[in-house]
Amino acid sequence: MPDAALHAPAATGHDDHGAHGHTTSTGLSNNKLAMWMFLGSECLLFGGLISTYMLYRGRHPGTPGPSQLFAIPFTSVSSFVLLMSSLTMVLAVSAAQRKDDRNTSLWLTVTALLGATFVGGQVFEFTEFYNEGVGFTTSLFGSSFYTLTGFHGVHVTVGIIMLMATVGIINRSKVPGDKAEVIELIGLYWHFVDIVWIVIFTLVYLIPS
Amino acid sequence: MNSEHNAETAHGDTQVVDHDHGHDHVHGHSHDSGHDHDADHGKGHGLTDQGYVVVALILAAITAAEVSLTYIDVGALFMPALLIMMVAKFVIVVSFFMHLRFDNKIFTWLFYTGLLLAVGVYSAALLTFQFFAST
Repeated sequence: MPDAALHAPAATGHDDHGAHGHTTSTGLSNNKLAMWMFLGSECLLFGGLISTYMLYRGRHPGTPGPSQLFAIPFTSVSSFVLLMSSLTMVLAVSAAQRKDDRNTSLWLTVTALLGATFVGGQVFEFTEFYNEGVGFTTSLFGSSFYTLTGFHGVHVTVGIIMLMATVGIINRSKVPGDKAEVIELIGLYWHFVDIVWIVIFTLVYLIPS
Repeated sequence: MNSEHNAETAHGDTQVVDHDHGHDHVHGHSHDSGHDHDADHGKGHGLTDQGYVVVALILAAITAAEVSLTYIDVGALFMPALLIMMVAKFVIVVSFFMHLRFDNKIFTWLFYTGLLLAVGVYSAALLTFQFFAST
């Protein structure tokens, strides 16, 4: 193959080619590899938090515990909202792959709103538990519960910030590199936050201590 | 990959011309590992939008079944059923929404290595605290 053909993508100056990292030894996008590696390492973080909660969920002497505090119908609705945000996120990725900026922005915004609804529900839940007498330092159950669900809530909040920032830069047409890949990477993070909640919902809320 | 055609060049490189992305791509590198072009770049693959809606409905149905289980007395089946449904939802989201089913296997290995490491390490940790004996 002529050299000119070998280097055609760089010569044409298409940003998405540079972003993909065609010259990597794996032939894969380094950004995507890094994101998957990051998500793999996040499993260890949340694994530790979930294990700690499992160990300490019964340690709440004299204060309300999981069976007195948790409102399954409310948490089920929150879980459903987060689950549906994964659908809107994947629709945003799909629209980005079709180079449909309008629908990409729309679905990203809907995803952020659903995420904000979930976080709002979490804040309401925390307030209710606090009013019931369970603070962060009240018991080992309280500490491990707030740490686990708080870490998850922070992840959702970071996701919302990323989504809204992305909508902003899409509207200004300033997405660096391959737009579809940028949206896909944010989508991977968002779906990860969702699968962590799938585990938390079952192990923390549905299975009694 | 329908609109792509690969051609072996004189030097043995695989040239991929992709008309799917709005402009032609010409890549001069060889995919030694036999990776699919679309899989490598993580686009142009996956389900249709209608397919994603169907997957979401399945996830919602499983969630409804999970919640229903907490109100129904199924005896010893309660815990295994919840865990199976949790794993099913997890795998469905990872496979379809996160595209691992359609993507390069390296991504699958990266993610599941971290996940299995976490499950192994923390199961061992819980065992040392005799967690499973007390539940």
